[in-house]
Amino acid sequence: MNFLQFMMANRQQVLDLTLEHITLAGVATFFAALVGIPLGILITRVPQLSKPVLGGANIIQTIPSLALFGFLLPAPWIGERAGRLAILALALYALLPLIRNTYAGIRSVDPSVVEAGRAMGLTDRQLLFQVELPLASGVIVAGVRIATVLSIGLATIAAAIGAGGLGEFIFRGLAMVNNQVILAGAVPAALLALSADFLLGRLERRLGSLRLKS
Amino acid sequence: MTDASTPAPAIEFDHASFHLNGRPLLQDLVLSVRQGETLVLLGRSGSGKTTTLKLINRLLLPTAGDVRVNGRRTAEWDTIRLRRSIGYVIQDGGLFPHFTVERNIALVPRIENWPQARVEARVRELLATVGLNADLASRYPSQLSGGQRQRVGVARALAADPPILILDEAFGALDPITRSEMQKEFRALQQRMRKAVIFVTHDLREALLLADRIALMEDGRLIVDLPVAEFSRSEDPLVRAYVEAFSGLPDPYLGTK
Repeated sequence: MNFLQFMMANRQQVLDLTLEHITLAGVATFFAALVGIPLGILITRVPQLSKPVLGGANIIQTIPSLALFGFLLPAPWIGERAGRLAILALALYALLPLIRNTYAGIRSVDPSVVEAGRAMGLTDRQLLFQVELPLASGVIVAGVRIATVLSIGLATIAAAIGAGGLGEFIFRGLAMVNNQVILAGAVPAALLALSADFLLGRLERRLGSLRLKS
Repeated sequence: MTDASTPAPAIEFDHASFHLNGRPLLQDLVLSVRQGETLVLLGRSGSGKTTTLKLINRLLLPTAGDVRVNGRRTAEWDTIRLRRSIGYVIQDGGLFPHFTVERNIALVPRIENWPQARVEARVRELLATVGLNADLASRYPSQLSGGQRQRVGVARALAADPPILILDEAFGALDPITRSEMQKEFRALQQRMRKAVIFVTHDLREALLLADRIALMEDGRLIVDLPVAEFSRSEDPLVRAYVEAFSGLPDPYLGTK
């Protein structure tokens, strides 16, 4: 049986695991954005926080992912919480690109434009929502794109703690020493990552052109 | 000093100083501008001109002395109200690149919640005032020439009809022909509007063309503050140096001594 035949024979499971995978990565990226983008904005307002926040996010990212999931593996209480735990771990990894790009995006807005806005009497809030965020949106979406692709890739490891996703095939294939089974997980995961990258890349270019209008 | 019968000057520096990390950027400035008057702040880069402007709209607060706008210390003003009553024009317009011309000009009226019809009428009126064709309204700043951008910058500053206008090297990025056009138009505009204007430049010719009074600054200090007709006759060595640097150019005020 070759790889394609295996995929066809197990198409329902491939589909289920793919959806599970999308949910894991999608929810994790969503929560990471919910925390990371406001944090990125915050550290442009309170510069003293920028070093500790970026440093902290950096440290999280240096923890080897397999090790992190490995630590979680033997916990006896994990059971049904595996999905939520995997999402938490994935979201932690996705934080760094989101915080960093939001921060860099806002910082890279032409200071004379920001000062003109301030001098015309925009409030801090108006300045943020009408000037800084729109002009930083291309860079911020680039951060979302990196975070999404990262999460899709890392979500394969979530299967190590029984959280499901396409990693199930990969781990099963490794245990069975069966390349077809490994590929049945790896190929859809790679395709997911590529398409997310492509779609968000298009959005990024569209938003980035706002900046070129200067 | 003003006597009791005249109203408070629109802008008044009362021994105002500004220090940054112990370094004096502006020292003991005494200067005032009345409504309807155009004061040109002349001086080299780093002479304190821009610092002076930023003290007016409270982008900076004086570290000593007072700066008063319409008789009230800037520190006592509500910052947002103060800034919305002062039009500010910077080099190359400082336009928002993601806003159309229309949205750029209408910015302050919109955040002041003017009704839509009034905003639209005001934008049309302003485009005409600064000599721009009405169909430029839907363009983005990147689709305009430098001169057009600068005109939009002036229109934006005038949008909510502020009594005070401050301009920082406003025409500095323009080619000489456009620049000269803009200067003449601005002078005509000011003769109609009678705002209190402070115009910062390092170009003596521009100063002579636009000013009622010229204040020359150097190293954060005011050197002289003279009516325009007296300026080039001043014996002050720094004024002489300035006039000589620009001499050789034909201009009614720049005759040899």
